[in-house]
Amino acid sequence: MDLILFILFATIAVVCGISLVVQKHPIGSALSLIGVMGSLAVLYLLLGAEFIAAVQLIVYAGAIMVLFVFVIMLLNAGEEAPGGKSWPSRLLGVPLLTVFLGLLAYLMQLMAPSMGMVTFGSFNTGAKELGRSLFNNYLLPFEVTSVLVLIAILGAIVLARKEID
Amino acid sequence: MGTNVMPSGEELLRFLPEMILAIFAVLVMLWESRHDEHGERPGMPAFALIGLGLAAAASIVAGAAPGYAFRNMLVVDSFATFFRLLLMGIGAMAVMTASPFLRARKAEGGEYYSLILLSLIGQSLMAASNELIMVFIGIEISSISSYVLAGYLKDDKRVNESALKYFLLGSFATGFLLYGVSWIYGLTGSTNLNEIASILGNADIAPDAVLTGAATALILAGLCFKVSAFPFQSWAPDVYQGAATPVGAFLSAAPKAAAFATLLRVFLTAFDPMADRWLPLLIVVALLTMVIGNLAALWQTDVKRILGYSSIANAGYVLVAVAAHSTLGISAVLFYLAAYSVMNFGAFAVVSLREETELKDFEGLAKRQPATAALMTVFMASLIGLPMTAGFFGKFYIFQSAIDAELYWLAGLGLLTSAVAAFYYLRVIAAMYMKPSPEGAPEMAVPAASQQAVMFVAAALTIGFGIFPGWLLDWATRSSGLLR
Repeated sequence: MDLILFILFATIAVVCGISLVVQKHPIGSALSLIGVMGSLAVLYLLLGAEFIAAVQLIVYAGAIMVLFVFVIMLLNAGEEAPGGKSWPSRLLGVPLLTVFLGLLAYLMQLMAPSMGMVTFGSFNTGAKELGRSLFNNYLLPFEVTSVLVLIAILGAIVLARKEID
Repeated sequence: MGTNVMPSGEELLRFLPEMILAIFAVLVMLWESRHDEHGERPGMPAFALIGLGLAAAASIVAGAAPGYAFRNMLVVDSFATFFRLLLMGIGAMAVMTASPFLRARKAEGGEYYSLILLSLIGQSLMAASNELIMVFIGIEISSISSYVLAGYLKDDKRVNESALKYFLLGSFATGFLLYGVSWIYGLTGSTNLNEIASILGNADIAPDAVLTGAATALILAGLCFKVSAFPFQSWAPDVYQGAATPVGAFLSAAPKAAAFATLLRVFLTAFDPMADRWLPLLIVVALLTMVIGNLAALWQTDVKRILGYSSIANAGYVLVAVAAHSTLGISAVLFYLAAYSVMNFGAFAVVSLREETELKDFEGLAKRQPATAALMTVFMASLIGLPMTAGFFGKFYIFQSAIDAELYWLAGLGLLTSAVAAFYYLRVIAAMYMKPSPEGAPEMAVPAASQQAVMFVAAALTIGFGIFPGWLLDWATRSSGLLR
């Protein structure tokens, strides 16, 4: 049952990921991204990381995607204009991608026998364990991230104000 | 769980410089909001400078008792202390150069000083982090504030282009780094540099060498972008040219020095057991970075672009010392980064006096502003690496460490490319001294006191380190032992 669900949602994630890139209209891309995020959340759930799954849905599929769609609507972005690709990217893009994916698959296959396998539901990362770890081992990175948020706010003010005075 | 969550006082002390910077970054903004929106808002640079001074003092105090902090997240040793002090110095120069520059453009805001202080938090964390997660957060703090700083004078089209380019390429590179970190975590089950080193160094439990090699290459690619090394160098001239000149000066010094600190720490601690795998790669990168940076600079006609390409070339020299893979190499890196920060900042400070930065705008400068032209000559001579300047000893130690490591041809090519480099630095000097002033050249305003201070102190240090390099070299040598 787990395996069937995994294959189903992994396929959806990959298909949505490809569709995200090839869609001509930004709204199509945004909707595909929601598909990727949603199926990733299911994969997390299958592994037993229910907190991460919930956060994935609330933060990514919820908040961030709503912002994306808002921006697309406000900018009234139309369809992508075709063309504008240089000949090296036309000629080399697909072959290089194939080589890269092939290499990656080869490495994964190399890795498979020697590495431990993850089993479904093996993660025990509820909110409690995560919180304990955040405030124990990862206290410093957790707190320092607040500086990052402050910079983001400052940056938005600097870049968005009308004119410098 | 009976573990004590509260960090001890000693651990807090090791994090004190960053805390001081954060407090002053907020204080600057609060101070600004007390003033009328359109009136004069004095005192902000002073606030920033006090914060930097206190943070530097805290770095010295914290560095007196080396050790780990926050569950091995941070390591404060003499190496980290060297970089923290260097970064605070660069920050102070960035504040003092920028204050009159921005005031003249009616663009002085508390955000600028806050962003400088906040980005220094990230860079100082990069120098002191003992954990890949901390490395990542440090790089993000440093980079995101750099992107905003690059776009600070946003009424200028070129500024916007440079900021956007920096942002897009920079986030892409951070993605590489993060992907590499996740591979390393998947392979070793740890993000702590010491633990990774002990796992990779133990042949019984070391994961597959091909996979760790790939992960290492991804992390190296991310860091190569940050130090503007080949093949991730093309953003550097565009960003340094486009950004406001004091910002360009800051970006070419502080994030780069911090990225080199990270590179040394991560590769000489965590990945040291597999040094024979990444060293050849690093040697090739160093070689191509020197060649490309120096050759591309030959055709530039804008002084800021020349300095941009020269920063690529200089990153190549530093990589040579990293590739020497020795304590001597580390101290050469530290010496060169300090010398480069001073002379490069001085050159940018001179350029920041001028609205136009084309080479032809510098023609006849020696007649109109003899002092400024003389200072620029000092910085250019040091960038060439002429004797009696800091640049000479910087290059000398780098190539000495390469020769000690039996990288003869790398040292030879480095010398050859620095001879090529002399050509484009001399072009600036020639324009100032040999060419007549163009017709109707504008009278230039006298540089503000803080700008003069930066230029004269930078020139004094450049010559001082060139005549008495012993003090800086001693300090660099003492700081070259990484705590592992």
